[in-house]
Amino acid sequence: MQKSRRISQIMVYSILIAGAVFCLLPLFWLIRSSMMTSLQIFEMPPKWIPEPFQFSNYAEALTSIDFFRFFRNTLMITVGCLAGALISSALGAYSYARLNWPGKNLFFSLLLASMMLPGAVTLIPTFIGWKLVDSINTYWPLILPAWFGSAFDIFLLRQFYTSIPRDLDEAAYVDGAGPLTIFMRIIVPLSKPALIVIGLFSFMNSWNDFMGPLVYLNEEKKYTLALGLQMFQSIHSAQWHLLMAASTVVILPVIIVFFIGQRYFIEGITLTGMKG
Amino acid sequence: MAAAGILFALPSILGLTLFTILPMLTSLILSFTDYRTVNTPKFIGFDNYTRLFDGTDPYFYNSLWVTFKYVILRVPLGLVFSFVAAFLLNLDFIRGKSIFRTIFYLPVIVPAVASSMIWIWLFSPDLGLFNSFLEALHIPTLNWLYSEKTVVPSIVIMSLWAMGSTIIIFLAGLQGVPRSLYEAAIVDGAGALRKFFNITIPMMTPIIFFNLIMGSIGAFQVFTEALIMTQGGPNNASLFYNYYIYREAFQFGEMGHASAIAWILFMIILIVTAIFFRTSKSWVFYESEV
Repeated sequence: MQKSRRISQIMVYSILIAGAVFCLLPLFWLIRSSMMTSLQIFEMPPKWIPEPFQFSNYAEALTSIDFFRFFRNTLMITVGCLAGALISSALGAYSYARLNWPGKNLFFSLLLASMMLPGAVTLIPTFIGWKLVDSINTYWPLILPAWFGSAFDIFLLRQFYTSIPRDLDEAAYVDGAGPLTIFMRIIVPLSKPALIVIGLFSFMNSWNDFMGPLVYLNEEKKYTLALGLQMFQSIHSAQWHLLMAASTVVILPVIIVFFIGQRYFIEGITLTGMKG
Repeated sequence: MAAAGILFALPSILGLTLFTILPMLTSLILSFTDYRTVNTPKFIGFDNYTRLFDGTDPYFYNSLWVTFKYVILRVPLGLVFSFVAAFLLNLDFIRGKSIFRTIFYLPVIVPAVASSMIWIWLFSPDLGLFNSFLEALHIPTLNWLYSEKTVVPSIVIMSLWAMGSTIIIFLAGLQGVPRSLYEAAIVDGAGALRKFFNITIPMMTPIIFFNLIMGSIGAFQVFTEALIMTQGGPNNASLFYNYYIYREAFQFGEMGHASAIAWILFMIILIVTAIFFRTSKSWVFYESEV
């Protein structure tokens, strides 16, 4: 009995470790390839560890196209979206969770339903709309929508707000506080973890967005990192060591943000799944 | 009170109207027009739709078939993989749960463009890691992304790499199953298998259902991977539906036609979701209904 339990434990661990290897191997391969010489990367059978480590791949990848400009562009869009997402989603979610107004339930159900709508349906008319106001090849189409709140963020925050005791608001009302004061003094301080979650997801979404910049930006100097990387691929198609170095550079910021905010990510995903 | 409520929700109300409802209706109208970015839209009735269904546009059925193939492979495999991972991770004796969880989640945050680069490299027929594994094991190597037969399964394998969110949702659900149920089952002499099939699975059905719906909606919209790794090839074998819409609209400028294609996708997603909801009554178990 004891022995068979031991064996099943070892089996479970082996499966989990195999899964972990499957998750890490591609990332390991990326970094390993990013530091190889162009000769060594073509050796068969492949070597696991670069020899010598050629760090200059990074310098070469970073200078061969204007990565720093792409980085700045991406950062600008990301920060613009982040601010908008936080402000409008937090206010909206507060209104849906706590305040009463005619049509609230209708709008909230429409908001939830809109999450089912495939992006392709709205993409074409939205593109035409931006073209009518002459905003193609600007950052407006990429940033401005975030200022109108996303259904996902509002839903997630509203779930969180409903867990804050109503007595707190009511006590403040009795003391003569208005909705905005309550929002700023009670709701925002108490929902910091949820706001961080929204911030992190928003950062990831705009940093990783590909379709948006692909459709709206057509001038190289306005490109984001995602587009820049794709352009890099078309220029250096066979230079895998450089392509891998460039990819590593694009991934690095999100990995850093992920490790800093890890706890909040896990909480955020749990919140979406559980109360859905 | 009501005024403040409307004021606070105003951005989201405007957003919903401007960026969802209005475009949705416009796109429905455009789908009945001939509109190629340069001309003014001309009403042509159901022509865009008949052109699709009667096969005049050769890519329509092809991209439907390719996308269904992807969804049918990806959704069940993704659910099984992530459920098994979450279940094992939730076992009492496992140490280092949070390390495993972090590792499983890590691929999710990698930008799709970058992960596509990594996977093209891994899948490379001559120099890729996968083929050198196969060679070492004396198994015939594959052409992965470069063969019509293996391109969709290859993209499915790549997508299974980033199942972290689903795993975490399952894990949270498993942690929410009341221990008292298992304890009662042990008293009644139930073994591990009985506990799994008679407690774990039924208690998890709402979460399985949630992941099934979200996973399917996502899978129908697969796009970036195909655009970067295969450009829809070889021979349109990975021309996924969303890619097809993108190509019609933004490469060929066929806005009206592309709108019709997009609306068909919307209808398909609605029908599939409706079917899931219909069948859910017979297999999804809600505690509150007991």
